[in-house]
Amino acid sequence: MKLWNRLMCYARRRSPWLFHMNSGSCNGCDIEIVAALSPRYDAEQLGVRLEGSPRHADILCVTGPVTRRAVDAVKTVYSQVLGPKAVIAIGSCPATTNVFIDSRTLDGPLDKHLPVDVFVPGCPPRPDAIIAGVARAADILAARGNNPPATAIPLAIVDEAGVPADKPSPAELQEVKP
Amino acid sequence: MTLFNPLVTALARLLIFPGLLFAVPAAWFFLWVERKSVALMQERVGPPFMQPFYDFVKLLGKSTPPRPGISGLLMRAWPLIAVSAAAGAVGLLPVLPSSGGFQGDLILLLALLELPSMCIIAAGFSSRSIFGEIGSAREAALSVSYNIVFLLAIVSIAASQHTFRLEALAALPASPLQWLGVVAILVCLPAKLHINPFSLPNAEQEIYAGPMTEYAGPELAMWELSHGLEWVAGTGLVATLIAPHVTVAWLAACIFVAISFATVLALSALAAATARLAIDTSVRFYWQCTLIFAVLAISSALFMRFRS
Repeated sequence: MKLWNRLMCYARRRSPWLFHMNSGSCNGCDIEIVAALSPRYDAEQLGVRLEGSPRHADILCVTGPVTRRAVDAVKTVYSQVLGPKAVIAIGSCPATTNVFIDSRTLDGPLDKHLPVDVFVPGCPPRPDAIIAGVARAADILAARGNNPPATAIPLAIVDEAGVPADKPSPAELQEVKP
Repeated sequence: MTLFNPLVTALARLLIFPGLLFAVPAAWFFLWVERKSVALMQERVGPPFMQPFYDFVKLLGKSTPPRPGISGLLMRAWPLIAVSAAAGAVGLLPVLPSSGGFQGDLILLLALLELPSMCIIAAGFSSRSIFGEIGSAREAALSVSYNIVFLLAIVSIAASQHTFRLEALAALPASPLQWLGVVAILVCLPAKLHINPFSLPNAEQEIYAGPMTEYAGPELAMWELSHGLEWVAGTGLVATLIAPHVTVAWLAACIFVAISFATVLALSALAAATARLAIDTSVRFYWQCTLIFAVLAISSALFMRFRS
């Protein structure tokens, strides 16, 4: 059993599968994630695979400052990733909302909604930094095992009428229109 | 004793060689070769040797979403059926000389080879995900197209050699018709294994993960394993058909492994060099371009049969 646990730890470190989620990013960080998998940086050496379905992933990579529209989607996708899982905030936007700080259309930063394990700052971060972040997240995954993340948050906040609580009201949407 | 011996041979073939004990590591190895050769063709280093094994172990340790009701049971059952069918197909291959077998085992092999793709279709529909359903519909359309060619090729080989017994087919010297059949099988294999240019059912990123979209954890591990076993079975079928007949067991095993490996390399190179085709192009390719060769092969086989 102990041997199996050690093997599992090792396998988790060596096989991080990513799901990439854009929460209103300008596409700068998204391009760098793709570049990290390209021949020049070749993240597949670490066993990294970019998966099409969040069900397959171990690590959720979130880019963007988390717009109001994206909050529910981010939470849903986080709940669709099955444990053990980790979250990486890629770029300065999900960490601090960056230049969009105090914008009415935002409900960021990301760690308001999800327990973020690794922050990869940069606008955009270099692919080397992203790969280092993924490796760090894989280490965290291996160490965490089947225990849930330290900061547990409710997966979907829904009010009594069944409407997600964080959705902007029509009046608010009217307000942000140019 | 007479009843006992075939049972022991059959069990040994299913469990040891070329069955599970050989086929599971071979499946992981072929999955690695597939990814590594794509990486090398893109001038990357690619995944480490043990990568498919790590992926498998990691997936076993992940949790699965709760699936209540009968469709949940079915969703758990499909990957297991796929793995056992693919493993059974590998176990039927007559790799070692005088390893047994029975009249008509070729038909059983074809059925077992077809079961994993049936399971994929059923899995996509029972997952009730729109992406799964699109993937399953594509798999069904593709399966109808390539299977005509695949089955005609196999039947033409069997008709030219007057037998449906795998061991007899493997032992007989290769005729020109048999080579035509092998080429037709090779053309069908990329579609059977869902690799480029026919990676339509599980089209990554395009329709999320196709029929596998809702699968996770140990169930996904079983799908990966069944995909690897399909590699072993498909390339193994080609290897048994074109391998020269030798009576030494270890030499026969070595030739089998070498030809399978060469086939995997060729198919991976094809996958790395091509992009995904659209579904109508793929279906048209099989119905318009390759069907004519399959019909030619079977009609000449039948013609030769009537003349002899």
